[in-house]
Amino acid sequence: MSEAMSAVAVPAPPGIAEYAAVVGESEIGALRVFARQLQGRRVQMVNSTAVGGGVAEILNRLVPLLGDLGMATRWEVLKGGEQFFAVTKGFHNALHGAPYQGNADWFDIFVATNEENRRHLTFDDEFVVIHDPQPVALVNARDGARGKWVWRCHIDLSHPAQEVWEFLHPFVERYDAAVFSSPAFSQRLGIPQYLVYPTIDPLSDKNRELEPEFVHAVLERFGIDPQRPILTQVSRFDRLKDPLGVIQAYKMVRKHIDCQLVLAGGGASDDPEGETVLNEVNSAAQGDPDIHILNLPPWSHLEINALQRASTVVIQKSLREGFGLTVAEALWKRKPVVASAVGGIPTQVIHKLTGMLVHSIEGTAYQIRFLLSNPSIARKLGENGREHVKENLLITHNLKRYLMLLLALQGRK
Amino acid sequence: MKSGREPFRFVTASYLIRICGHRAVNLREFAAALRVCPDASIFHHTFQSLERHHYASFSNDFAQWVLASCNEPALAERLAAIDIRDCTSIAVLRNSLEGAVQAYLERHPVSPDHAVSQPFYFCESLEFTEQRNEEARTLAELAEGIGRISLQTLHHHFINSRLRLHLETNDFSHWIRNSLEQPELAGKLDRIDIYMNTLDGLRQEILRTLESWVRR
Repeated sequence: MSEAMSAVAVPAPPGIAEYAAVVGESEIGALRVFARQLQGRRVQMVNSTAVGGGVAEILNRLVPLLGDLGMATRWEVLKGGEQFFAVTKGFHNALHGAPYQGNADWFDIFVATNEENRRHLTFDDEFVVIHDPQPVALVNARDGARGKWVWRCHIDLSHPAQEVWEFLHPFVERYDAAVFSSPAFSQRLGIPQYLVYPTIDPLSDKNRELEPEFVHAVLERFGIDPQRPILTQVSRFDRLKDPLGVIQAYKMVRKHIDCQLVLAGGGASDDPEGETVLNEVNSAAQGDPDIHILNLPPWSHLEINALQRASTVVIQKSLREGFGLTVAEALWKRKPVVASAVGGIPTQVIHKLTGMLVHSIEGTAYQIRFLLSNPSIARKLGENGREHVKENLLITHNLKRYLMLLLALQGRK
Repeated sequence: MKSGREPFRFVTASYLIRICGHRAVNLREFAAALRVCPDASIFHHTFQSLERHHYASFSNDFAQWVLASCNEPALAERLAAIDIRDCTSIAVLRNSLEGAVQAYLERHPVSPDHAVSQPFYFCESLEFTEQRNEEARTLAELAEGIGRISLQTLHHHFINSRLRLHLETNDFSHWIRNSLEQPELAGKLDRIDIYMNTLDGLRQEILRTLESWVRR
């Protein structure tokens, strides 16, 4: 293995055939038909973390499933020091619209780390998919490489800080295509831009059906009362997820309805701010035994699943969001969702049809009160949400879109 | 049971969405973009989006955006009500859409620059097809095949086919009319309202219609 990059060993997930029970034989048959045209092609995926966050979760499932369909797929993770990840976190926030607070050194650190990783890597696969801005400069390796290169951007680029985007833009233009999670994130680029929604895996520990006894045991373990309404937000402890705003909304709801709040999440290895934010959240929750702050390790998929299933209302009050797959996870579990109208969330939550979209802390509190007071409407939203995810946001859809993308790059379109 | 002169050949279809680059932040820009966006984009937003709109008020992207983001319900209703069966080409459909927007803007001079909550992003679908080793020679075999195909393949044969067949019909009706020589049944399938059904609902309605003829 190289010194800079680390290859990720992905445990064997369910095979592609097992998804027929969820999406039907015809959908799996269609996947196999298109995959036949790509038999033997090799795909290389590169991102910046193996655990934590939606991208790592998607790759954990997508990589073996592409292999199952006949495309050998390897996944490698960019290595960088504390300084590099502080820089990329700063870029991340700035690309999401926050003011850029870096300096010229940041650009040098970014390029140097990409260059260090590039030196230890080979890029001889037919398709190279680079995820997000952190490894974007690896495209400098393509001079000698024969493959097609895709930049898969998972973050909300609708209002990027210009200084950072202007730095990244020339790298992006060297790719064969860019892929975004929403048309709103697309940019003025000279390369083709495609729309691919991130998706959830219905057979993963995070989303599969659970026995009610297990769900109750998880609530008991965390001291959560199953008899009273449970409001839950699942997300990393990150300011862009606005956990403090969620606590404020909960306090507004509590004036009217007795309920509990669960903030469940963890950190990602490429996010140096997590601990600071967690401390802020703990301070804001102090003195209220009905606020449960659960800092869970990255392998807590079954616990997260149980907490979502036990929830009365699921919240995703992000200030900025790439796509926000925790919303799809909750919808899949037929939960009424109150979520901010940012990033890819409006793709998942169609207001008043598959959930409630909000724009403020007050709006969040109001819609939670509405759903807690109108359980039949909440139930209907949850049912619609489940169907919406089934038709658009499962991993089999993602696989199919990847196959079409690779075919397009191969010259079919 | 009568066999067709030629077999019906099923394909497997799938789609990839390309973001075109045109966007509109108010109705004036929307009208301008409607004039210049690719034909594939007009088709995508009026037909391709069907599968995503089970819960929305209107079944085409243009009408839905005008309602949800521009808050102009009267124009949204006009756009949703354009009868695609009156349109024999994308050019005619484009003119109808553009005409509805222009007429509305002339009557409502305040609306064109009214800020919208979300811009409209023009996209188009790239269609990929693969021939299947599956043919139907009779109505019963056609129904059996329709019951097995994926929803995107159904979309290809029943909805996207309108573009290939100049918006007048669909693959199933085309085969029934020309190869099975049963124009009445072909017409019945043509009249199924694609805007008022989910794709799965469409499949059920097609099968109900075919099966009533198979039993004759």
